[in-house]
Amino acid sequence: MHGSPRLNDGLRRKMLRQMLDIRFCEERIQRLFEEGLVRGSTHLCIGQEAVSVGAAAAVEPERGDTVLCTYRGHGMALALGMSLHSLLAELMGRQGGCCGGKGGSMHLTDVDHGLLGTFAIVGAHIPIAAGAALSAQIRKSGAVSLAVFGDGAVNNGAWHEAVNLAAVWKLPVVLLCENNLYGEYTPFAQTSPVPHVADRAAAYGIPAEIVDGQDADEMFRAVRGAVRRARQGGGPSLIEAKTYRFVGHSRTDPATYRPQGELEKWRQRDPIRILASRLQMSESELKEEEERARARVESALQWAVQQPEPPVESLREGILA
Amino acid sequence: MSEMTCRDAVIRALTEEMERDESVILLGEDVAAAGGVFKATAGLLERFGPDRVRDTPISEAAIIGAGIGAALTGMRPVVELMFADFAAVALDQIVNEAAKLRYMSGGRLKVPMVIRAAQGAGGGFAAQHSQCVETLFMHYAGLKVAAPGTPADVLGLLKTAIRDDNPVIFLEHKMLYNLKGDVPDGEHLVPFGKARIAREGRDVTIVASQKMLGPASEAAERLDAEGISCEIIDPRTFAPLDFETIGRSLEKTGRLVTVEEAVRPCGWGAEIVSHLCEEGFWWLDAPVRRVTMGESIIPFSQSLEDALMPGVDDVIAAVHALA
Repeated sequence: MHGSPRLNDGLRRKMLRQMLDIRFCEERIQRLFEEGLVRGSTHLCIGQEAVSVGAAAAVEPERGDTVLCTYRGHGMALALGMSLHSLLAELMGRQGGCCGGKGGSMHLTDVDHGLLGTFAIVGAHIPIAAGAALSAQIRKSGAVSLAVFGDGAVNNGAWHEAVNLAAVWKLPVVLLCENNLYGEYTPFAQTSPVPHVADRAAAYGIPAEIVDGQDADEMFRAVRGAVRRARQGGGPSLIEAKTYRFVGHSRTDPATYRPQGELEKWRQRDPIRILASRLQMSESELKEEEERARARVESALQWAVQQPEPPVESLREGILA
Repeated sequence: MSEMTCRDAVIRALTEEMERDESVILLGEDVAAAGGVFKATAGLLERFGPDRVRDTPISEAAIIGAGIGAALTGMRPVVELMFADFAAVALDQIVNEAAKLRYMSGGRLKVPMVIRAAQGAGGGFAAQHSQCVETLFMHYAGLKVAAPGTPADVLGLLKTAIRDDNPVIFLEHKMLYNLKGDVPDGEHLVPFGKARIAREGRDVTIVASQKMLGPASEAAERLDAEGISCEIIDPRTFAPLDFETIGRSLEKTGRLVTVEEAVRPCGWGAEIVSHLCEEGFWWLDAPVRRVTMGESIIPFSQSLEDALMPGVDDVIAAVHALA
């Protein structure tokens, strides 16, 4: 028998270390982008780390649980256990990356850690998460599928189709919305007639909960509860994590569309500080943890930049099985 | 050999594969209790139960997406889109997700899924329920596309499609469900990428598929009486497409006509013609001819639909133009 994950200081320390890894890795990725080492686009989750680590701690890929996430997915990938090496190499399009350089920032996959993918078409992965859950239901495997999406996804048809299907078939899915208040550059309030994503659950007859997305403990508790319910045959539930990205939508977006003072207000609720304070860590202890995380990121980066580009012969490999 | 319809061939293929492999499941609108709007899944709910044969809401994106998710996690779903035109509602799931997940993941994922749909005109279903869509899906790497025109090929290709580890678009022609033909007894598998020579001949190569095999065959009969011998090639699968068999026929005949039940721009006939102009130009003794619907939308009225559909006279005229 597997032991269900429990919330204790050991798990909190692990989540804190993961959040620091994510934070510094994301900051480093921004610089790599500016230096031209990361091409295309990249979407950082700085400020939203607690959602990733709390949710990842509540699923059990070793029991077959699967996770499908948005293109703002570096944090979730790391929280699930993808190595910094694999992530950074992929972001630079190197052979040693999680997808051999074929996917990039928006298309991360790590089957060994339960990550079926990060998806770059908004809302498209919710039906696929329902399908993974259908598979678990038919096989009676007890596995649960976690779909992580932004507030922008809930106005997409695929989202509604999938939530309806999951509800009507009672599929073991956990629907986790990271509501960071903006769909790209547009405030959620301008695109939704109801104030909360959670309000929409009523239409599908599934339970919903609004959670403080800056608090890793709360995230873990809520997702673990929804995972348990799904595993026991209770069907899907919707969790809305209220959170905030401390950076723009992508690349060089300065996020000037946000009202003055909003970022500063949310920075007061930095998920790393909240968890460090719950662990009663001193400033110097936290600083030590930070230094260790920076060193982990730098060391992984040193490895990743030395990885070769994928050979041109691999260009057409992996199109068909 | 025994005689059966294309519809019964679909049912037999699904039954045999579901018996053989319990990871094969069916999802779609009215596929279970009603046995499908074309009755091509009749009896499967009773035989395999509601876990494996499921009616879905009218939610095409969710149906395809659920198939993808199930395929990624060890199942072999056969999902039905009812009318092939409805693929447009779920196009993202098909062309951006199913087709690309394997490549984007660096080969870590696979999507062993079959998307069945009924296509084709001739039944008065009008503009949104009559289109042939094989050409659309040929344009996306990562998909396989089959369009069988006989009961034996329906059986053999559908069984092969279900065993394939890739997403397969499996297009059944709605006007051929009642078509009867001989089907081998016992295990019958037809490989993808292998065209069928439907009729042997020496003077002209005619490439035709599904319902267009009818007018092509009748035209060949009449032309035979004139002393023109036509070879008819049925591609059976469009991705992969068997250029080799078509090329070998052209090498023999020196003349090429394609007959497509679709609009003209960018049709599969154009792909075959351009390929053979590059690879087999010196085999050509005459210009090539494409028989198509031209540029149009499929009308409702029978007189208009009949006028639009390529017919025997169109094929004969195309062949005469090469003489």
